[in-house]
Amino acid sequence: MTPHAARRVRVAILTIVMFGVVAVFLSPLAQMALTSLKSERQISQAYAPLLPSDPRAFTYQGRRYDVYLVPVGGEVRELALVEKGRTESGFVDPDRPQDGVITWQGSWRALRPSWTLAPQWSNYADVWNLIDFPRLLFNTAAIALIGTLGTVLSCTLVGYGFARFRFPGRGPLFTLLIATIFLPTTVTLIPTYTVFARIGWVGTWLPLLVPAFFANAYSVFLLRQYFMTIPREMDEAAAIDGAGPLRTLLSVIVPQAWPAISAVTLFNFVYTWNDYFTPLVYLSGRPDLQPLQVGLAAFNGLYTHNPAYIQAGTMMTIAVPVLLFACFQRAFMRGVMSTGVDK
Amino acid sequence: MTAVRMPRRVPMSRAARRETRHGFLFILPWIIGFIAFTALPMAATFVFTFLNISLAEAEPLRFVGLDNYRRLLGDDQAWAALGVTARFALMWLPVVVALPFLLALAVNSRGVRGGGLLRVLLFMPYVVPFVAGALIWQNMLAADGWINSALRLLGVAHPPSWLNDPAWVTPGLVLIGLWGLGAGLIVNLAGLRAIPAQLYDAALIDGAGWWRRLRHVTIPMMSPVLFYTIILAVVEVMQYFLVPLVLFDGNGDPGGATRFFNLYLYQTFFTFQEMSYGSTLAWLLFVITLAVTLLLFRLSRRWVHYTSER
Repeated sequence: MTPHAARRVRVAILTIVMFGVVAVFLSPLAQMALTSLKSERQISQAYAPLLPSDPRAFTYQGRRYDVYLVPVGGEVRELALVEKGRTESGFVDPDRPQDGVITWQGSWRALRPSWTLAPQWSNYADVWNLIDFPRLLFNTAAIALIGTLGTVLSCTLVGYGFARFRFPGRGPLFTLLIATIFLPTTVTLIPTYTVFARIGWVGTWLPLLVPAFFANAYSVFLLRQYFMTIPREMDEAAAIDGAGPLRTLLSVIVPQAWPAISAVTLFNFVYTWNDYFTPLVYLSGRPDLQPLQVGLAAFNGLYTHNPAYIQAGTMMTIAVPVLLFACFQRAFMRGVMSTGVDK
Repeated sequence: MTAVRMPRRVPMSRAARRETRHGFLFILPWIIGFIAFTALPMAATFVFTFLNISLAEAEPLRFVGLDNYRRLLGDDQAWAALGVTARFALMWLPVVVALPFLLALAVNSRGVRGGGLLRVLLFMPYVVPFVAGALIWQNMLAADGWINSALRLLGVAHPPSWLNDPAWVTPGLVLIGLWGLGAGLIVNLAGLRAIPAQLYDAALIDGAGWWRRLRHVTIPMMSPVLFYTIILAVVEVMQYFLVPLVLFDGNGDPGGATRFFNLYLYQTFFTFQEMSYGSTLAWLLFVITLAVTLLLFRLSRRWVHYTSER
């Protein structure tokens, strides 16, 4: 083999291995999808097939009988069990019921049932009603939209302030901003909760929404870095035309920083959509105001006996963020890349 | 960072004063937010530790000195919970720092095709809400879930009962956490892309093999990124408790193995409404995190390599 061909073989093997790793990494999604379509009966039985199925049944002379895999004369036939016996049982061939009962020697309990593919789409409809999905979805979307709006507005202003104006203490303030990324949130939680409880905000959306309007370090950092790459000559041209700082931000900076702004928007939307802890703390007494994550966790506590329902609810919860990611994966990647480097 | 030194004694020109005013006006939302939601609450947490605030009992507010700290010293549950967190951290940190780095090396390597697609697919679980992720993995790690089915196929006759066995629940939680490694992967990839190609060319001319290029070019150049990942991972792991909260309803199952420190803290202030004792626990957590972080910064001088002094 030439060195060139050897290299191609090595690349092929490594690539296959990597995609194998990815398949294993994503396999929980497949198990979720399959479990969400199974019947409670299938989940409780050992040796049930991988795909959502029902035990096959056959109606014979007005009664339903389960169909088993029966070894007869060297081949395995699917036969309905009509007469159960300890050492011999009677079966009927569903394809030829007119032939009557076939007697088979052996214990029917050792036989495996025959399954037919039967995805339970009704699981989704059941869960939709059980957890009042439309209300949870509305709450989640409203909280995520308002919170994201506040974050993007405030972070754009603050990022612009740090990127374009010279003022005393700018360096230390920016360092302080970055330092808050490394601050454990626990250390501020209790007084904040106590104050929100005193002023009657616990049990409302306000503790989730109001802080969003006061900027967060990650997004300010990302926007500021991007604003710094926009040439200053453009601001100066606008200033000569008599534009004030706010006008310059809106007509020069924002249109050019669109990639960074969209990344921040997407990130914060998905982050708020997925947030569990804040709504858990502030909305635990108000199921009517809770978002999906809290509703889903409560549902898990109530329906542990039916994994299919849990997974159907999970599937419905991940749909929006995963679809958003699939559509805008470039913006997501850019966002993570630019916050991660240059620290 | 571009700190601009302002001359102290020279009075500012009118233009400079206007620029200062505008600058502060734009960053005002953050300053207000920082004071209201970070600085004041932090100070209040500290003050709370010397008071007797409890939303549950209507005791008159008073200064209790070091009572909360004394209670903490004798609180076996708190120290046991700290042990649970520490044990998890020891298992979690090496994995969460090394694995995204190694995966990034593989995805970035010229020996692998389809790097862009691999990157997207590996990142995807990161956008799955973690409650959903925990429930998906609960299903995956169930006694007859896919993990155990795969282990049986590989010849393990009695695979562990992951989430019901105190000895196996920690590795189980590590597996669950690994699903979110996408963000770390992207950060590492961005770091790898930023390494100048000339460094590798020079190493190749010197006859350096794969291992020596990794050891003497990649790792030193990646050290700031690795350092950043380590610090963030430490801050996060110290506060870890949400996945066990969802999976075990906060009761510490199996056998107290998931009664993490932050879970104990959360229950102290949220379930029992003991604000002052909760604050004492939070303050302890903060001091430990800060100490570890500072130690890591101190050690970083030995191994973190910055190309440009800033």
